[in-house]
Amino acid sequence: MIDLSTYYLGRKLASPLVASSSPLCKDLANLRKMEEAGAGAVVLHSLFEEQILLESESLDRFLNAGTDSYPESASYFPDLATYDIGPRAYLEHIRAAKKALKIPVIASLNGATLGGWVRYAGQMEDAGADALELNIYFLPASFDISGAQIEDDYCELMHAVKSHVRIPVAVKLGPFFTSVPHLACRLEREGAGALVLFNRFYQPDFDLETLEATPNLKLSTSDELRLRLHAVALLSSRLELDLAITGGVHTGDDAVKGILAGAHVVMLTSALLKHGIPHLREVMTGLVRWMEQHEYDSVSQMRGAMNAGAVAEPEVFQRANYLKVLGSYDLRGAGAFTGRS
Amino acid sequence: MNIRAQITVDGNEAAAYVAHQVNEVIAIYPITPSSPMGEWADQWSSTGQPNIWGSVPSVIEMQSEGGAAGAVHGALQAGTLTTTFTSSQGLLLMIPNMYKIAGELTPTVFHIAARAIAGQGLSIFGDHQDVMAVRATGFALLASHSVQAVMDMALIAQAAALESRIPFGHFFDGFRTSHEVAKIEQLTTDDMRAMIDDELVRAHRARSLNPDQPVLRGTAQNPDVYFQARETVNKFYDDCPAIVQGAMNRFAALTGRQYRLFDYFGADDAERVIVLMGSSALAAEECVEALAARGEKVGVVNVHLFRPFAAKVFVDTLPRTVKSIAVLDRTKEPGSAGEPLYMDVISALVETGTFGAHRPPSAAPKRGTSEQSAAPEASPLCASYFESMPRVIGGRYGLASKEFTPAMVAAVFAELEKTEPRNHFVVGINDDLTHRSLDVDPAFTTEDPEAVRAVFYGLGADGTVGANKNSIKIIGEDTDNYAQGYFVYDSKKSGAMTISHLRFGRKPIRASYLIQQASFVACHQFSFLERVDVLHLAEPGAVFLLNSPFGPAEVWEHLPRAAQEQIIAKKLRFYVIDGYRVAKENGMGGRINTVMQTCFFALSGALPREEAIAAIKQAIAKTYGKRGDAIVQKNYAAVDQALANLHPVEVPAYATSEIERQPFAPPEAPEFVQRVLAPMMAGEGDSLPVSALPIDGTYPTGTARWEKRNLAQDIPVWEEEICIQCGKCVMVCPHAVIRAKVCAPELLAGAPPALKSSAARWKDREHLRYLLQVAPEDCTSCGLCVQVCPAKSKTEVKKKAINMAPQAPLREQERENWDFFLDLPEFDRQALALHNVKDIQLLQPLFEFPGACAGCGETPYIKLLTQLFGDRAVIANATGCSSIYGGNLPTTPYTVNRDGRGPAWSNSLFEDNAEFGLGMRVSLDKQAEYARELVRRFSAQIGDELARSLLNADQSTEAGIEAQRRWVADLQWKLGSEPDPELRDLKALAGALVAKSVWMVGGDGWAYDIGYGGLDHVFASGRNVNVLVLDTEVYSNTGGQMSKSTPRAAVAKFAAAGKHAAKKDLAMMAMTYGTVYVAHVALGANDTHTLKSFLEAEAYPGPSMIIAYSHCIAHGYDLVHGLEQQKAAVQTAYWPLFRYNPALAAAGRNPFQLDSRPASLPLEKYVYNEGRYTMLAQSAPEAAALLLTEAQQDVVTRWKLYEHWANMPDPAPIGPPSNGPEPISALKSALNSPADGAQFQGAQK
Repeated sequence: MIDLSTYYLGRKLASPLVASSSPLCKDLANLRKMEEAGAGAVVLHSLFEEQILLESESLDRFLNAGTDSYPESASYFPDLATYDIGPRAYLEHIRAAKKALKIPVIASLNGATLGGWVRYAGQMEDAGADALELNIYFLPASFDISGAQIEDDYCELMHAVKSHVRIPVAVKLGPFFTSVPHLACRLEREGAGALVLFNRFYQPDFDLETLEATPNLKLSTSDELRLRLHAVALLSSRLELDLAITGGVHTGDDAVKGILAGAHVVMLTSALLKHGIPHLREVMTGLVRWMEQHEYDSVSQMRGAMNAGAVAEPEVFQRANYLKVLGSYDLRGAGAFTGRS
Repeated sequence: MNIRAQITVDGNEAAAYVAHQVNEVIAIYPITPSSPMGEWADQWSSTGQPNIWGSVPSVIEMQSEGGAAGAVHGALQAGTLTTTFTSSQGLLLMIPNMYKIAGELTPTVFHIAARAIAGQGLSIFGDHQDVMAVRATGFALLASHSVQAVMDMALIAQAAALESRIPFGHFFDGFRTSHEVAKIEQLTTDDMRAMIDDELVRAHRARSLNPDQPVLRGTAQNPDVYFQARETVNKFYDDCPAIVQGAMNRFAALTGRQYRLFDYFGADDAERVIVLMGSSALAAEECVEALAARGEKVGVVNVHLFRPFAAKVFVDTLPRTVKSIAVLDRTKEPGSAGEPLYMDVISALVETGTFGAHRPPSAAPKRGTSEQSAAPEASPLCASYFESMPRVIGGRYGLASKEFTPAMVAAVFAELEKTEPRNHFVVGINDDLTHRSLDVDPAFTTEDPEAVRAVFYGLGADGTVGANKNSIKIIGEDTDNYAQGYFVYDSKKSGAMTISHLRFGRKPIRASYLIQQASFVACHQFSFLERVDVLHLAEPGAVFLLNSPFGPAEVWEHLPRAAQEQIIAKKLRFYVIDGYRVAKENGMGGRINTVMQTCFFALSGALPREEAIAAIKQAIAKTYGKRGDAIVQKNYAAVDQALANLHPVEVPAYATSEIERQPFAPPEAPEFVQRVLAPMMAGEGDSLPVSALPIDGTYPTGTARWEKRNLAQDIPVWEEEICIQCGKCVMVCPHAVIRAKVCAPELLAGAPPALKSSAARWKDREHLRYLLQVAPEDCTSCGLCVQVCPAKSKTEVKKKAINMAPQAPLREQERENWDFFLDLPEFDRQALALHNVKDIQLLQPLFEFPGACAGCGETPYIKLLTQLFGDRAVIANATGCSSIYGGNLPTTPYTVNRDGRGPAWSNSLFEDNAEFGLGMRVSLDKQAEYARELVRRFSAQIGDELARSLLNADQSTEAGIEAQRRWVADLQWKLGSEPDPELRDLKALAGALVAKSVWMVGGDGWAYDIGYGGLDHVFASGRNVNVLVLDTEVYSNTGGQMSKSTPRAAVAKFAAAGKHAAKKDLAMMAMTYGTVYVAHVALGANDTHTLKSFLEAEAYPGPSMIIAYSHCIAHGYDLVHGLEQQKAAVQTAYWPLFRYNPALAAAGRNPFQLDSRPASLPLEKYVYNEGRYTMLAQSAPEAAALLLTEAQQDVVTRWKLYEHWANMPDPAPIGPPSNGPEPISALKSALNSPADGAQFQGAQK
């Protein structure tokens, strides 16, 4: 009997496949389906502090607009008893998910202010979340903030949240750090229980008719897995904290690769959005099939079997590999790299 | 123990509070100023607040006040306690049912915020004309004079109605009392339980229609018995006053507040007495007190129970010593022997008084005590003794909230002292026409010097009034002070100035008039100083708080000289704060309310500073807490920052400024504008004499151009190099402040240096110059023009062909450019392709600078109407937003072209606009018909050729109309001074031979609800009229109440839980006639489609209706995105574009053309951009989700139906229906229209 169980954020999971934070997770019925399809845990959609602020400000603005300035209409809307501005609905969702599911429920938080991060993290813990994923979605656009400063901010944030909650805390990072391994070590020291690699940032496209930049996000493909495999393979050879791969996991083979690289769990979002929640089962089947074919007994046996410390040629994860790739490209005649056409 | 709270509320809330608790059914319809009563009741019911029997009253919004009265009547007949709230025209619409309700002796109380009636002009303000119009219905009429009295009398009326079985109209002065915020003692449920006798409630139910014990009511009665039956009720009316007094006495025992049918205040030995009712009684009491202190023998009778008029009780109320009486009526009854209260007083004296016989005064009951008789028969026989019949004079005052002050009361007392006092006088205005006005001493004041009297000048958008309402609540509820707040608004919907009047102090406040002398003046907008004398009310030593971009060291030199002089002369204590900077730094944007409120508390000393700050913060948490913690926090921050930025200003000894106040109208404005309208613009309309005003409500058009409001912080600036001259910005501008012209280059010789132009991008007109010009002082900064502009810089895409830039540095230069631009000739209309948006920009708008909201979605349609047909349009405008921005004084936006032609516009009422417009059509057709008859009859004298031309003119094109105008001019010239009466008629009527375009314009409240019956009749009439429905899907003008156009899932007043029914498909209803042209348009989604629809509607010779999507401030988003929302509405198929042209059916084609594509977006992508939908999702997410699903289904269902219809094969030609238009012209119109709408689908993306 193959043992698919794994450990993530202090909990034993029945499977290394985790349904990642996505709009699907807003619906309790979907969460149940994810559990039924074999998810080892779910990460809820993110609570966005900025969105709360924006909603609050826009509500305030439109409730104020035109009021008390014209004799026939001191206001334009009825005064409703409550407006669900704030995390209440999200916290209710955590509670409901905890009630409905046996698998761990990981809450996801995207804060905007240090106070917000800490406050909402505490509220999520109180609502029963088994763990937290800090979805740090910081797009460096300022010319005045250095990379080191940004890393300091991440660590400060991790420290602040960790001092405020008892449940394990994961950090979801973007790939664009000068030194991911160094930052990962620092975050581990600040108490991070896991790293989730990597966030996929919204990348605005250009509409060539309207000449407008249009914000959107394309769903990931398996091609994006490689960046993650690389990072996880490096990190898992040295770090104690848990590692999760998110972005590019679409097939059983993808999951296998992730685990071999050293991930405790692999997370699925695009695949589920594209193919539906039952696709989880197919990924699972692919994973099991591979394990059977390759006579692996358990996920823990697999995990990290191909990380930087475990492969025969660790330089594949280093610069030597880069040179090799360039060479192979050149040989295939891809002139763009060499100036030849 | 029955502990009563001290609360700070306005009169509407006070009335609604009681009405909601002592009724079971509430049927209402919004009308200013009573709307808030219904809104309160609805809010309380929607949040589950029960009545005194523990049950939540059912609130139902009806389609009109007539409907509300009918529903009330029905509910009463069926046995529930039922009420309604109304005012003015609304009350008039209730009259038929009021007769029925009273005739059937059915107890109810109608709460009335009494308001003026539309006569020579509409007014939303307070007087008693509406109440006086219902005095014959058999309703008892009970007046309240203060906010406290409103709450008290609402209960007394209910108790008395149940006991007497007579229905009551409980009324109080619109705005003055309905909107005055005052500190009062709140009645408790126990009070109400004690006053309402459940046995009487059960008796009411026992009389109801009930099939278990059936009865029949509402018989038709014949001459044999009707009269007798009418006389059966006399005893009920005889008994009513005593019942009311009994209820008042029971109320006094409960609360300690004793009211009487007629409350007397003044000297027991008064010789001069004023009789009046409503809020003015308070001003009169103040005056009586002041005069009595000087030893004058004066008094005032405050009439509470006006109907039934208890004559003997009234006469008993008068001091025996009275020699002269002035009866003041807040109404006008033209042609009467005197106004109603005056007539009642005289007849009461004559009927019940005893004059000449001696009787010691001591025998009379002491006034002002409970000894006073409650019922006529209880009066001592001798009580009505007077030495001689007092002289009685009558006067009018206070119409439409005209101020009524103690000084005016003093003037009336002074008149009473004269040997020959003037009768039928007026007070408060200068009647220089019939010389009936009394002189008033402006120096006479009774203001309490101990009280704080604060006046605030603010802008609507800056939150001043909201903050002051908040302040008065804090003072009223957190201190022992009495407090009063009253708010004056101007009539513009954008950039409106507000003036807040706050009083507070240790003594009860009776002042029912605006502050005459202020101890605190705050000016929240520095720019006001340029034009308004904000310091004229400041008393010596007062505090002056100015929101100023200039600090304490610099501000002085920026003040106008007049302001400097007043500050020095009155020794004002002057403070400044840069409120906008502080607000902005704390994330408050342009809302300076919290900052200025904090400064007010700091300077006024209403509370110790720390307590004040705590109280403000508490109020902030209460007001904004629901909106999220971030809002609360930034307000807190604004409070904390305000005090640090408040600075005293050292006032120099001399005025040094050379800045003079700007005149309101420039010297080149016409004489009428200078003499009459400019003072109104300056806020000095009260000083205009009677002779200045038109006798019949007729005003010149084209006056808005003289009122330069300079509202815009930023104005559009044209980049001629980038511009593609598409004309979209001109098309969408709600205020007609962006105009385009094409002219010969030589006409630009001598142009101001900054005037821009570029080569015209029209085929064959490349040699001409194109100009796009902005009116810098009329722009409202809405930004729609920039939003719609499709042209972008090649090198910097954010830069469009039109971009916003600060107005101040551009003002002078652009003013000069604008004036030059206006003088350039208009392009020849006949040379333009009118179906082309690009060409439309060259048509002069005959509607400009309306006082509509910035970014209004309605006005571009009206502007387009006037561009296309304005020079021959007659417009009937339903009451609502479009009648307010279209016809509210001082200035009006409809204007004329160079020939002096332009729209002739009139507003009759809200409910009758379709009939009103139809009447215009019938009249114009009749005149044209008679003119044609005369032309035929006198063709020999006229000349056969001219006659033929006149009779056979084809006026379907601009050229045809122009030709007919020339022939008409020829005819009139030929007729010269012809003495023959019929030829003189022909000359006078000849203009009717030029085709007129009749339009009925109004909102959805009119077309879907109150006016639908008339509109339906207009459809059925087959007459050639055009209907423009400006569909905002809500009653916008009265504050966002639900109409039948309100879509499912949207929140509106009376639909706080989201509307549960689908929007009425008015278009479909009209199309079922088969003879009505119908277009469903959205300018922002497809301007070409809109344009074509207007042209087709006008061309179709039967009834036409255009339903125009109009984004609105009541939709809850920034209107700069209005056009994008229109597009989204079409893309989701929520708002399909289509046209139904009956002329096509006559030509054998499918008359229905669907001009937009199937949904490409789910409904939520449209609705959740708008607050009216998102607030439900925030407040009740599950209900919102369900309603959204249903709303999406509505869209799908409607689309399927339309699509099916559009795809139906062409029917065989059957000719037009019998009441439809004439076939030839209809066909012509049809054949001018593309049948498949393909061109629109292409343009829609």
